[in-house]
Amino acid sequence: MRKFTTTLGALLVMATSSTFADGHKVKVGMITTLSGGGSGLGIDVRDGFMLAVKGNKNISVITKDDQRKPDIAVQLADKMIQSDKVDVLTGIIWSNLAMAVVPATVNQGKFYLSPNAGPSKLAGKGCHKNYFNVAWQNDNLHEAAGGYANSAGFKNSFILAPNYPAGKDALTGYKRFFKGKLAGEIYTKLGQKDYAAEIAQIRASGADSVFFFLPGGMGIGFMKQFSQSGIKLPVVGPAFSFDQGILKAVGDAALGVKNTSQWSKDIDNGANKKFVSDFKNEYGRLPSLYASQGYDTGKLLISAMSKAKIKDMDKFRDALRKADFSSTRGKFSFDTNHHPIQDIYVREVIKEGKTLTNKIVSVGLKDHSNAYVSDCKM
Amino acid sequence: MTLILFFEQLLNGIQFGTMLFLMSAGLTLIFGVMGLINLAHGSFYMIGAFSAALIAALTESFWLALLASLAGAAIAGVLIEIIIIRRLYRRDHLDQVLATFALILLLSEGVRWCFGAFPLYLNIPNILNGTVPIFDNIIYSKYRLFIIFMGFLIALGLYILITKTRLGIRIRAGQNDRQMISALGVDISKLYTIVFAIGASLAGLAGAMIGAIQSVEVGMGEPILILAFVVIVIGGIGSIKGALVGSILVGVTDTIGRIFLPELLKLFMEPSNATSVGSSIGSMLIYILMALVLIIKPSGLFGKS
Repeated sequence: MRKFTTTLGALLVMATSSTFADGHKVKVGMITTLSGGGSGLGIDVRDGFMLAVKGNKNISVITKDDQRKPDIAVQLADKMIQSDKVDVLTGIIWSNLAMAVVPATVNQGKFYLSPNAGPSKLAGKGCHKNYFNVAWQNDNLHEAAGGYANSAGFKNSFILAPNYPAGKDALTGYKRFFKGKLAGEIYTKLGQKDYAAEIAQIRASGADSVFFFLPGGMGIGFMKQFSQSGIKLPVVGPAFSFDQGILKAVGDAALGVKNTSQWSKDIDNGANKKFVSDFKNEYGRLPSLYASQGYDTGKLLISAMSKAKIKDMDKFRDALRKADFSSTRGKFSFDTNHHPIQDIYVREVIKEGKTLTNKIVSVGLKDHSNAYVSDCKM
Repeated sequence: MTLILFFEQLLNGIQFGTMLFLMSAGLTLIFGVMGLINLAHGSFYMIGAFSAALIAALTESFWLALLASLAGAAIAGVLIEIIIIRRLYRRDHLDQVLATFALILLLSEGVRWCFGAFPLYLNIPNILNGTVPIFDNIIYSKYRLFIIFMGFLIALGLYILITKTRLGIRIRAGQNDRQMISALGVDISKLYTIVFAIGASLAGLAGAMIGAIQSVEVGMGEPILILAFVVIVIGGIGSIKGALVGSILVGVTDTIGRIFLPELLKLFMEPSNATSVGSSIGSMLIYILMALVLIIKPSGLFGKS
């Protein structure tokens, strides 16, 4: 009898695992920025994701370029959902594009896994059971920067960010943790590259430190002009202006700057070592934090697929929620609003031989979640 | 808000304006002589910056890089004029806009294909690094002073070229009556190619000079192209003098507006809202300025009515 049940059990397992394989294909729609300014970020996310799912026959990916334009992102999402019948959407870099695409996507019963943008609205009142953010809530890195500013003894910060949802989240995040006064607060134009006027304000403000969030090319201009201005104030910012893709363009002006990140290439764990060396072998360059986010998104998806079928949305969602994968960041879990709980590090820009890169100097915030958990009613 | 700070911001505005002038001078010249609306003008800005970054990386000389930006953009300009633009002069403006828009996409993706999607490194020379005191207590960036100087030098050069040389006479004649000068035996198509190349190389020089303090990346020309169009509409289409005055006006309005408007609003608003609202209105100011100029002088400040 016992032998019979074991055989039956084995048969059952075989049966389920074979149906498992059948219903287990997942079609992923990746909408990201691949052309024009800011395409470096999208390319890194895409390459990281593709590296994670490489060789997995159950995952097919359709990749499309949103050109950093919300209207185009919306069209692509509609087409992917209606005619390509994707199961999961991912890839969007910019918060304003995410705000245009995510709500409609999750309401149509598709999963959205965000590899980057984490606007506060989608973490709080606008949260949704089908929306998962694998990177961070927008405020996170800035909160860590605020925390670092306290520990470095800054009392009077000048803060600036572009005038768009993520820029507002940035300054809010910094102010939430920073205990000192503000010497000034400026919102710059999105896409602005010249900061002569802002730097003059900083010089005149009597600040003892500068916090800035200027992602992509905006930050390159700021750092170069700031270092040329001869102002000797310490600068702190989130990793977005000091990622591997743009350090080369900033040059030595970035040396020694402290920046906050949930990832760094020297985080000491097996998953991260493998990721960094695989990425270098595959693409011939060092990965950035964006690449690590794309990679973790891919690994999360694979972990959920090994536990549940995508057609069984409730089970699949539970599997995603468990975040049972080895993240490049080490410890990683989701809070109840589907945003990460993770360590945020303080890094410093250093030179390794001739290459500018980052190294971790301390843990800024341990097991950090976000401020919007209680606003989220799923 | 001290007087020193105001003066420093004024200088920043003028510096921004002189860069806009390099872009808009070519744009307005090309429109004035050939009647061509060239949306791809921003692409020459990008080509200039990439040529400079390439040469700077090879030779480590900023001055050679500046020359390379002029040459690179001029060569690209000549080739594009001969292969594509030449066919557009007789077409209406809508065709020109469509074709030059297509050129933007081709050139951007072409540059991305050659150089990759990540920004390139281009830095200012050591001799221009740092600041100098002006008068007593205004500390100003040497490089930005250099930009202002170059801008006015080129404005002077263009003035001499247009008013004192044979080529200038032909350009002015071309602006006035295209058919008549070709009837007089001037090789009009060569003249057009030269004008186009001058415009392109000015844009390329601007791209290299600005690329050195901002970033050299694909798509860098489009934001400044929009401003250059605002400038030539304000200054009067086809007028170089208009482009100069318009550029300085736009540069100063934009810089002063985006800094002082939030400060002004802080007097009667909560600081965080004031910065947010102030910067939003600040970024609209130049368009408001354009609308006002067009109401008072519909053909621009120096345009032919």
